[in-house]
Amino acid sequence: MSRWKEKFGVQSVLQALAAPALALLAAFVLSSVVILATGKDPFHAFFVMIDFGSKSDSQVWIINKAIPYYLSAAAVAIGFRMNLFNIGVDGQYRVAAFFAAVVGGALALPGVLQIPVIIIVAMAVGALWAGIAGVLRTTRGVSEVITTIMLNSIAGSLIGYFLSEDKLAVKDGNLFHTPTIPESGRFFLIPTDPDPIYGTVVVAVVIGLAYWFVIGRTRFGFDLRAVGRSESAASASGVSVRRMVVTSMLLSGAVAGLVGIPTLLNKSFSYGTDFPTGVGFTGIAIALLGRNHPFGMALAALLWGFLERTGIQLEFEGYAQEIVGVMQGIIVLCVVIAYEIVRRVVLRRQQREVGAELSARAGAGTEQDGTEQKAGATA
Amino acid sequence: MRRVTKLAAAVTATATLALTATACGESSTESGGGKKNKGVGLAFDVGGRDDHSFNEAAARGTDKAEKELGVKTKEMTAGNNETEETREQRLISLAKDGYNPVIGVGFNYGKSINKVAKDFPDTTFGVVDEQSHTKNVVGMTFAENESSYLVGVAAAKKTKTDKVSFIGGVDNALIQKFEAGYVKGVKDTNPKIKVEVDYLYKESDKGFNDPARAKSMAKGMLARGNDVIYSAAGQSGAGSIEQVSKKKGAWAIGVDSDQYRQKGLEKYKNAILTSSVKNVDVAVYELIKSVKDGKPLKGNQTFSLKEDGVSVATSGGFVDDVMDDINKAKEDIISGKVKVPARP
Repeated sequence: MSRWKEKFGVQSVLQALAAPALALLAAFVLSSVVILATGKDPFHAFFVMIDFGSKSDSQVWIINKAIPYYLSAAAVAIGFRMNLFNIGVDGQYRVAAFFAAVVGGALALPGVLQIPVIIIVAMAVGALWAGIAGVLRTTRGVSEVITTIMLNSIAGSLIGYFLSEDKLAVKDGNLFHTPTIPESGRFFLIPTDPDPIYGTVVVAVVIGLAYWFVIGRTRFGFDLRAVGRSESAASASGVSVRRMVVTSMLLSGAVAGLVGIPTLLNKSFSYGTDFPTGVGFTGIAIALLGRNHPFGMALAALLWGFLERTGIQLEFEGYAQEIVGVMQGIIVLCVVIAYEIVRRVVLRRQQREVGAELSARAGAGTEQDGTEQKAGATA
Repeated sequence: MRRVTKLAAAVTATATLALTATACGESSTESGGGKKNKGVGLAFDVGGRDDHSFNEAAARGTDKAEKELGVKTKEMTAGNNETEETREQRLISLAKDGYNPVIGVGFNYGKSINKVAKDFPDTTFGVVDEQSHTKNVVGMTFAENESSYLVGVAAAKKTKTDKVSFIGGVDNALIQKFEAGYVKGVKDTNPKIKVEVDYLYKESDKGFNDPARAKSMAKGMLARGNDVIYSAAGQSGAGSIEQVSKKKGAWAIGVDSDQYRQKGLEKYKNAILTSSVKNVDVAVYELIKSVKDGKPLKGNQTFSLKEDGVSVATSGGFVDDVMDDINKAKEDIISGKVKVPARP
């Protein structure tokens, strides 16, 4: 038995390394082909990306950009772990950020109170918005994919309705935005040179640790993963699937509610018509890329930030603006495909080994043609 | 085993963060730069140079400057759903590489340009459709409501069904200016006419870059009996113009550039009644010239009917028979007899 364990131990390490290496190589080759097809030099492009992306102001920019991406990916991943597709992170964070901004702009409390209030409002609104989809799924059996997509659209209209001068917004040039959050309600900055890092990076780290702990180390996390693997098996062992669906949808929504917080409390201090949209969809790609793993998603979010940062420089150097978007797509596809290929190869090898072992035992039982069978099986 | 790897992962994550937080190495602004007078840096809004509309008008201004003033131009384009950080970065790239002036096309650049300009006091920045809040920023705004009023007059005179409509790209203050002028122009000419107003998006800039959505919206409006459609939606407008061209007797009204003369829309030009032209090219050219001459423009500059900053296109000759009405309305606006609202 110990021999087996050792063998699979080595193999699982190999598997863990093989897939990302394969994906990276394939993404590199395919991206080069695409750049070549546009008539440009791919190696110069990679040089520009690495050179520019490693500058100190680029590092800060990338981290700041990665914070909302990471939070968004974590929100998506909570659903993914139990086979629940929360496509609505986009709507959830926008509604959440909007109402958090409204509350934040209306209050003038000391910072120790004001910031938690804003964050709690954001999480509550996000959870509520996602909860609608959860309740509809458990009570009416409506697919959460459909409802969350529809709720995205409703979120946009809801914000559009309230974001006018006679409702909850003020006019500023061509923009409408909620009243600005006072100084006391803003998050701290980490003073790095030349630009500061958003203090909300702490929020992302806390969420990452909480995600790792709750999913991997608690009864709840175990139940969640069990439902993801097989609903019937989970309910047979006493897990209430309905309650899990609603709870994880609420959790996913609460984390989604945090996605807008870095922008709101570190950058814009209000929710306006220019508030970033689409981060919820980026989160899906990052969760896929990071394999729903708390550390993997952090790397993926940073990679995304790196690509976006260097993309601007690539355009400046005369490369097509869309190259970076193409690269992002290629990387996600390569990662998904590479993991699937490696999984299948490993599965086949395991099956073969188990088969060999079984036939060896059968051989030992009959004793006569045991050696023959074993030879046949290993051949 | 699993526990150990996961712990290690968490530790590495924190370590990486801590490492990058100290942000070692030189910054990109330190290495580049120093090279001055490289020419004009032009940052387009979504849709890019060939949007047949607003960006294209700005590009005409730089093209003219290239030809007549011998300056070079560096162009960059915004993507859908981008954030403040990205816009700032684009402007910094242009400014630090020595481009002067740096021009942001579209109100989206309002905040970022006023912010970035503070770090480059020797560079002149220009922003189209937004106000200047910084000393070295020139805010170039236009009286779109006035030209929209005039195309509204044309629409009212040309409709046979007494139903006309308006498609806005994004429901914001700028596009509402177009709506307000148009509706007032129609109603002042013939109060009986119904104006159907709709916007592609409530709050997303995609509205200026989604011709398919404009196409289906126009289809619905035509089906409800509207026979003149004015689209103020950047590149999306091409979609509604295409849809209108399929219906006999229906008219499309273009925006920002004289869309009848645009190569990309040549197939549909016989459906383009007129265009509400915003002479972004004039403003952009004036700014480049002022920098070239060493006397850069300053503060806010408004371009209205009076200064020919906005106008009505007559190409194709479809509005020739109603030109008297248009000219009369134009005089009334310039003289102040007619006040065109900027908000619906």
